[in-house]
Amino acid sequence: MTLLTLSHLTKRYDGHATGPAALADVSLTIAAGERVALLGHNGAGKSTLMKCVLGLIAPSSGEIAIAGHAQGSPVARALSSYLPESAAFHPALTGREQIRHFLRLRGEAASKADGLLDRVGLQGAAGRRIGTYSKGMRQRIGLAQALIGAPRLMVLDEPTSGLDPISRREFYDILDELAENGTAILLSSHALSEVEARTDRIVILSKGQQVTEGTLNDLRRHAALPLTVSMIPRLGKCASLANAFPEAQEEHGALVFSCAPDDKGQVLERLAANTERVADFDIHPPSLDDIYAHISRRAA
Amino acid sequence: MMFARILSTARIEFAIALRNRWVAVGVVLMVLFSLVLSLAGAGSAGSLAADPLSVTVASLTSLSVYLVPLIALLISFDAIAGEVERGTLPLHLTYPLSRSEMLLGKLAAQLAVVAIAVGAGYGLAAGYAFLTAGGDAFAGLPALWRLIWSSTLLGAGFLSLGHMMSALARRPSGAAALAIGLWLIMIVLYDLGLLAAIVADDGGVFTTDIFPWALILNPADAFRIYNLAASDAVSAVSGLAGAASSIAIWKPLASLLLWPVLAAFAARFAFGRVTP
Repeated sequence: MTLLTLSHLTKRYDGHATGPAALADVSLTIAAGERVALLGHNGAGKSTLMKCVLGLIAPSSGEIAIAGHAQGSPVARALSSYLPESAAFHPALTGREQIRHFLRLRGEAASKADGLLDRVGLQGAAGRRIGTYSKGMRQRIGLAQALIGAPRLMVLDEPTSGLDPISRREFYDILDELAENGTAILLSSHALSEVEARTDRIVILSKGQQVTEGTLNDLRRHAALPLTVSMIPRLGKCASLANAFPEAQEEHGALVFSCAPDDKGQVLERLAANTERVADFDIHPPSLDDIYAHISRRAA
Repeated sequence: MMFARILSTARIEFAIALRNRWVAVGVVLMVLFSLVLSLAGAGSAGSLAADPLSVTVASLTSLSVYLVPLIALLISFDAIAGEVERGTLPLHLTYPLSRSEMLLGKLAAQLAVVAIAVGAGYGLAAGYAFLTAGGDAFAGLPALWRLIWSSTLLGAGFLSLGHMMSALARRPSGAAALAIGLWLIMIVLYDLGLLAAIVADDGGVFTTDIFPWALILNPADAFRIYNLAASDAVSAVSGLAGAASSIAIWKPLASLLLWPVLAAFAARFAFGRVTP
């Protein structure tokens, strides 16, 4: 079942009638249980897209449907939840009061607040004012309110920024659980390394344009970036190893060269043939950040 | 359902007002000024025929004309601009909570704060009147009751005006400036302007035809006239008594009742133009 449909979404802000649009002709669908990551540098249009989906701002053209309902309609609001970028709350309220309020706004029992706070690891801080919370704790309050009422569509704007690696893993565990229960998740990030393999599909935006869309493997294949091979020669075998691999350059005592993904087997054979000269070797696939940088640079 | 959302917003806003000390500030302001007026007014009213509580109500009326709008604007100017600045507005607007419900919830909580402040101040002044005059003060209870609810209506109007300023400015600092400016114009300069016009007009058309309407149009003046005209004791302490006596009592009452409604609609309209 398709929960979110964007068709030819374009947004121009007032006063920017000429210049490039904040979003230009973006089309996207997300099905139930799917986790889609929206990637892009600052100002690429990620937040604009999310605000359009939530009905906070009106698109200039194009259509949005949330399970068949118009964005911002009462039904669409009831079906979706939102975690804003660096979620903010009134500092004078305690975490428990804030969540109880959000529960009541969604027509849920306020008594569920403590359970939600437990789930995001805030049980000890429920009675403290949010003004005393760290950034990571505020982000957890934000996540707790986004979990209220088992939303069908979750829109998370840079949810893992400011979280330490362990919290980030816990965060994605919660998302996995939600996706298994059929929640469609749209989250944004400015680093591919943050979303890793924990999303089903990745959409890259650059200057409001939809640059590419696909799984992480699709992107990897698409970018076709070379692998990096580095070899440490055995004592006194440096010169002969350099002869055997004429394409290699010396870097910090290692011989380094790159090879196309398809030539990986051939390189292994050459390495096996030279074991008496090689003390150690590494083959690095391109990092996620390399792939992302490559794709967004190609688009620009 | 809608009522539950408004009530929940009101509860949370009242908790915030309590912790931000707005309740304490409002109560202290009203209590202090009421106390000063009671102590100062007790001597001068001694020879009048009216009961002591009615005289106290008359001086409280002149006090509330300034203080109630000021307190209301102080409490309300941050309502929307503060949410915009903190970044809490977008999240609220993605909830099944309409902008009208949100404004009504804030209005209800802040109106409770105004009512508490007014009740504390007037209650103290009334207590003092009973203490000094004993049973005679009972005659002034209807005037006191009228003062309490009309002050709350006046406060409601200015709370919504504060919300409107908040929505128009979109930043707390700008909203504070607009709110103070509005208070100066509507409470201080408006009367000064009318006074200057009457002097210049020298008994002409303005004084006879326009001036009474100009008084009713301003909620603060309507509040003053309504409370003064409804009470016999008041002519003694009021400079406006002459003007007040020529105006039918329903006109300022209608103004007092209409202002909160119109201001609430104006605030809702201004809020509707705020893009999160």
